[in-house]
Amino acid sequence: MSEHILAAEAKPWRDEMAKPFVRIRGISKFFGDLAAVDDVSLDIYRGELFCLLGGSGCGKSTLLRILAGFETPSAGSIEIDGQDMTGVGANLRPTNMMFQSYALFPHMSVEKNIAYGLLREGVSKSEAMSRTADMLSLVKLDGFARRKPHQLSGGQKQRVALARSLIKQPKLLLLDEPLGALDKKLREETQFELIRIQEDLGVTFIVVTHDQEEAMTLSTRIGVMDAGRIVQVGEPRQIYETPNSKFVADFIGSVNIFDGEVDVAAPDMMRVNTAEGAILCEPLAGLKARQKLHIAVRPERIQLSRAPLELANSMPGMVEEVAYLGNLSIYRVRLEGGQCLKVSAANGLHEENPITWDEPVFVGWSSTASLVLIA
Amino acid sequence: MRLRFTPVMALLGFIFLYGPIASLVIYSFNESKLVTVWGGWSLKWYGELFANQQIMDAAWLSLRIAAISASAAVVLGTMMAMVLVRFGRVRGKGLMSGMITGPLVMPDVIIGLSLLLLFVSMQGLIGWPSGRGFTTILIAHITFGMAFVAVVVQSRLSDMDDSIEEAALDLGASPLRVFFDITLPMITPALISGWLLAFTLSLDDLVISSFVSGPGASTLPMVIFSKVRLGVSPDINALASLIVLVVSIGIITAAILMRKKP
Repeated sequence: MSEHILAAEAKPWRDEMAKPFVRIRGISKFFGDLAAVDDVSLDIYRGELFCLLGGSGCGKSTLLRILAGFETPSAGSIEIDGQDMTGVGANLRPTNMMFQSYALFPHMSVEKNIAYGLLREGVSKSEAMSRTADMLSLVKLDGFARRKPHQLSGGQKQRVALARSLIKQPKLLLLDEPLGALDKKLREETQFELIRIQEDLGVTFIVVTHDQEEAMTLSTRIGVMDAGRIVQVGEPRQIYETPNSKFVADFIGSVNIFDGEVDVAAPDMMRVNTAEGAILCEPLAGLKARQKLHIAVRPERIQLSRAPLELANSMPGMVEEVAYLGNLSIYRVRLEGGQCLKVSAANGLHEENPITWDEPVFVGWSSTASLVLIA
Repeated sequence: MRLRFTPVMALLGFIFLYGPIASLVIYSFNESKLVTVWGGWSLKWYGELFANQQIMDAAWLSLRIAAISASAAVVLGTMMAMVLVRFGRVRGKGLMSGMITGPLVMPDVIIGLSLLLLFVSMQGLIGWPSGRGFTTILIAHITFGMAFVAVVVQSRLSDMDDSIEEAALDLGASPLRVFFDITLPMITPALISGWLLAFTLSLDDLVISSFVSGPGASTLPMVIFSKVRLGVSPDINALASLIVLVVSIGIITAAILMRKKP
């Protein structure tokens, strides 16, 4: 199918000797006194689909604009494919960008929009037109060549914008919220389309998104950003299963957080005192008694039962709310200490006598399900 | 009882605004030699008007000045608007963006007087412009026309999505190329309406022109004004009707173009 080595399979970031394709070193950007991007260093490898994930105003878009050359960083350097990008204008960089607003040229037809980059490169008109036609079929828009942007739907505009940004076969494609303006169903379809195109062409993608589900689906690796800094970089599974801070745990997926301090730190077990009593977790090297920390437990790791549970952690509580979502149900369980726990459980078929409102229940989870977060 | 805006009120308003102009237009078709006495319909005064060499010369001068000054104002005003909207932090930008509306609100007498003083002292210092006439009127009209164009283009530019221009830059177009390929076609309606505005204002101007004009360079409004001081002759009505026609076409076109989405 494809002769490119897929970064998704090779996982070059696990290899210490691998040469990064994009090297971001100590990039900062100040707007007045405010640091939009604060000392970010990042290595991105060839063929990756890297997601920059964060809430609005976390600096992810600014970082993308610095990569594209629209913003000059206040400090730091960027290298793309071994070339230093300092002082290289946006029109001379080996990158292309797909804009959140799509930024199609309103006075040009679809065809002219897509061919624009090639014609600026000095490609002959006939070649540009044939490559444009190929690109149109790649994004499944054959027959739309002569339309004007205002005659297209949101999804079609999105694909024109993608085709236009890919036509010059950039080494690096930057995508700013590429699916942000699409409705949910179209977004899900387009996600897989984006992965297919990325793998077919072997282009390195850097995607900015605020949607954690999108980031999980698309990316080889995710960089979580907060207040201008990269908080954690890792594969989607790493980020979800071993978040390194309360912020990341809370931002990716939903989570229950207990604040507490270490009671006993033995080599085989650790006990943490919280407002809900003692919680058992896997020991973490270097932790001493009285150390303050957070325990995070994912809702799907918690079991719910009418009888006490034979697990490392088991607590009584009262069901306050049940939300039926079809494949699963979300329960809100009030514990005796006053904290409310979110528990999700898969629904069986024709379940008799399911747990419901105002029922006294027990929640429980294993010691490995307690994620210990220091920050 | 609630006060309502009735068609009668609208009619009264229109009469208040346009009644004098309408009577002027009607009297331009008056047969009688006396301006205030109705003597039946005729196109006589239009014929007399076109036979009057002094008025024809003045009209030609006014049209030339209006066309050239509007064109120059569009170029300079667009450059100014680009600097104000698209270029990040430029030293003195705040001051410039405040001063741009100066010619719009400053009394014509003051603009005229200050330009006259400027031209006189420039002539004394560098010998240019030698005397006052066509060139000085042109420069004066470019000055205030530019401010109007800049305001019109500025509003269009700030409505425009910056990322469209960035996209072109990103696809390898040089900044100059981006301006001609993307920005210019998108602001064309604003340029046309700015041009028409500057053209009409230049055609209308009496006060500033009177200050900076010299012998042999009398614009149409100046000729009309001097004729009227000796008594209103009916051919002036005909001329005024024609000016009303040209100006209305200009203003209406400008308004339509401004409303049109890019």
